[in-house]
Amino acid sequence: MPQPSNGLREVLLVEDDDADADLMVEALHEGELALQAVRLEDGEQAIDYLRRQGAYVGALPPSLILLDLHMPRMNGHEVLAVIKRDEGLRRIPVVILTASDNEKALLDAYDLHANCCVRKPADQEQFALVVQKIERFWLRFNQGP
Amino acid sequence: MSAMSIGARPIEILLVEDTIDEAELTIETLREGRVRNRVHWVEDGEEALAFLRRQGRHAAAPRPDLILLDLNMPRMGGLEVLARIKEHPQWKRIPVVIMTNSAVEKDILMAYDLHANCYVTKPMSPEKFMEAVRSIEDFWLTIVHLPAA
Repeated sequence: MPQPSNGLREVLLVEDDDADADLMVEALHEGELALQAVRLEDGEQAIDYLRRQGAYVGALPPSLILLDLHMPRMNGHEVLAVIKRDEGLRRIPVVILTASDNEKALLDAYDLHANCCVRKPADQEQFALVVQKIERFWLRFNQGP
Repeated sequence: MSAMSIGARPIEILLVEDTIDEAELTIETLREGRVRNRVHWVEDGEEALAFLRRQGRHAAAPRPDLILLDLNMPRMGGLEVLARIKEHPQWKRIPVVIMTNSAVEKDILMAYDLHANCYVTKPMSPEKFMEAVRSIEDFWLTIVHLPAA
């Protein structure tokens, strides 16, 4: 994957809940790794962004995507399916991060080749910790594409 | 706290690894982990597929919750095993962690193209190797919601 010229890895958050998004961005920035968190509120914006269309011409490919499942307009499964079918995007690790405990929704995500699914803890501190563990595993430990 | 419910069955891990020392180190490290798990070790890709098909001596094999897959193996290479797993309607949802000595760009890209869930290069020293296995255990067995087998 091409790396951005400023050396900063980018994490794309696709999350419609403002409180969750704020918590995730903060948790990501508290990690040891310098990174850029980009938050988009819905799936269509995310696809535009990833395909560098519309308002997002010139956007760089993220190193990691954190994707919620239940969102308006285009839900997480649809976004995931588009990403994992696209030649230029399919290698990007996608972590489903969702409050849903619907087992079928999570299985469907795995079938669509989500790299992993993580349930959002109800507790804020635990949630922040989980986001940091995701960042640590996917950006520091895992060998990305 | 595990993402699997407390008191649930052990997490079933299929380890596909042809190097005995590395397999033993992996098994030992996972045995010491926080989350109850059972490692099923096979030494090559053909055995891995037999395990998944519940064939022969694997007739009573459980469906794995997680697969740790080496790439460089005799008979059937890891990438081919990966391809077979990820195109199978029932197996494709099983997370596959590539654990390999190869840091070759081509292997990494191919693994992701074949829908490997993640890619970990094996450290050389035993201590760092065990640390790597612990990192895998720490993430995949405690944070991740694994698909119900």
